[in-house]
Amino acid sequence: MSIWEYANPVKFMKTTDKILPWTVGIAAITLIVGLVWGYFFVPAAENFGGSVKVIYVHVPAAMMAINIWVMMVVTSLIWLIRRHHVSALAAKAAAPIGAVMTLIALITGAVWGQPMWGTWWEWDPRLTSFLILFLFYLGYIALWAAVENPDTAADLTGVLSLVGGVFAVLSRYAANFWNQGLHQGATLSMDSEQHIADVYWFPLLLCLAGFVFFFLALVLIRTRTEVRARRLGAIQQRERMA
Amino acid sequence: MIALLMRDLRLAVRAGGGFGLGLAFFLIVVTLVPFGVGPEGKILARIAPGILWVGALLACLLSLDRIFALDYEDGSLDLLVTAPVPLEGVVSIKALAHWITTGLPLVVAAPVFGILLHLPQGAHVWMVISLLLGTPALSVLGTFGAALTVGLKRGGLLLSLLVLPFYVPTLIFGAELVRRGAEGMNTETPLLMLAGITAATVALVPFASAAAIRVNLR
Repeated sequence: MSIWEYANPVKFMKTTDKILPWTVGIAAITLIVGLVWGYFFVPAAENFGGSVKVIYVHVPAAMMAINIWVMMVVTSLIWLIRRHHVSALAAKAAAPIGAVMTLIALITGAVWGQPMWGTWWEWDPRLTSFLILFLFYLGYIALWAAVENPDTAADLTGVLSLVGGVFAVLSRYAANFWNQGLHQGATLSMDSEQHIADVYWFPLLLCLAGFVFFFLALVLIRTRTEVRARRLGAIQQRERMA
Repeated sequence: MIALLMRDLRLAVRAGGGFGLGLAFFLIVVTLVPFGVGPEGKILARIAPGILWVGALLACLLSLDRIFALDYEDGSLDLLVTAPVPLEGVVSIKALAHWITTGLPLVVAAPVFGILLHLPQGAHVWMVISLLLGTPALSVLGTFGAALTVGLKRGGLLLSLLVLPFYVPTLIFGAELVRRGAEGMNTETPLLMLAGITAATVALVPFASAAAIRVNLR
C-alpha cells in the first residue's frame, strides 16, 4: 500500500467515486452552517457595521486562491518527476477554480473596501499581488489551452507553475516595498492574542473548512471529467485506427 | 558558444527589423506619452522613470518571439539541441544576444529619451544604472516565455500574457531606483534588490527555458 497506487486512473476513479459524495456533503453542511451563522447570528462589529460579514467569503476565498497555486505546484512536481497523468490533470482541473477564487477575493475585497476605505480599488500590496496572481492563473490556463499535445502541455504548464510560483511570491514582497498598504494585517494567526474575537472566529473557521471541502469536491469532479475525456479521446483514436 | 553569439548578432543586424526596431518603438512610446498627458514639464518629470521603464519593457517584449521562432522554423534549433554545447548554455547565449540587440541600445539611448521627458539632471545616471542592471533579467525571462511558446502557431499574444507578470518585480525595483535617485533619497535597497533579481534570474531561469525547449522539441 502506498499513496502512488492512486496514480492509477482506474484506482483513482474507483476511490473518488466513493469519496466524492462525502466531500460534497461536508462542503454543503459546513458552508451552509458557517455562512448562516456568520450572516444572521453574529453581532455587528464595532467600527465595521454590517460590512464585516463579507469576511466569511473574502478570507476563505483569498486563502484558497494562494493554496490552490501551491497545490498546482505540488501536483506539477509529481507529474514532472514521476509522470503520473492523474496528477497533471488535477493541476489542470484546479487552475480555473483558483482563478475564480482570486477573482472572488478581489471583488469581495472591493465591495468591502468601498464602505471601509472609501474606495473600490487601491494600489495596496495585497490587492496588487492578488491581481498579479490572477494574471498568472490566466497565463497558466491559456498555455494549457494553446498547446495541442496533452503531455507537452502538462510539461510546459508544470514548468510555468514552478517558476510562476517563485515570481508570485517575489512580486508580493516587491509590492510590499513599493507601496504602504491600507489592508489590515493577518486576521488569522496561531497566536490567539492576535486574531479576532471568538464570536467571529468560529463561523469563520467553519467557512474556511467549507471552502476547503468545496474546492476538494470541485477539483475531484473536474479531474474525473478530465480522466473521462482522456479515455474518450483514446477510444476515438482506436476507432479511427481500426 | 562565441560562434553562436556572433551568428545570432549577425542575423539580428543583417536580417533587418530586429536591431534598432526596439529602439524605434521605445522612441515612439516616449513621443506619444506627452501627447497623452500634456506637455507640462513638471508632470512629465514626475512620470518619466515609469514611462522609460514601461517603454523599455514593451520594447523588449516586442522582439521576444523571434528569439527561438526563426530557428525553430528552419530546423536549426534541433541542431542546437543535439549540439555538444549544453542547451542551458545555448539559451543563455540567446538571451545575451537578445540583450545586446535590444537591451543595450535602450541603456545607451535612455539619457537622450530622459531629456525628452524632462527627467531631472541627477536621475540620468540612475536611469542608466537601473536599466543596465534590470534589462538582462528582462531578456532572460523573455527567453523563458519564448521557450514555452516556441511550438505554437500564434504564440505572440500568449507570450505577452505569460511574460509580463514575470517582469513585475524588476519593473518595481527599477522604477523605484530611478524615483529615489531623482529625489536624492537613499538608493541602496532597490539597487541591491534589482541586482539580486537579475543575478538570480540569469543563473536559474536558463534551466527552466532549456527544459521547456526540450519538451517542445520532443
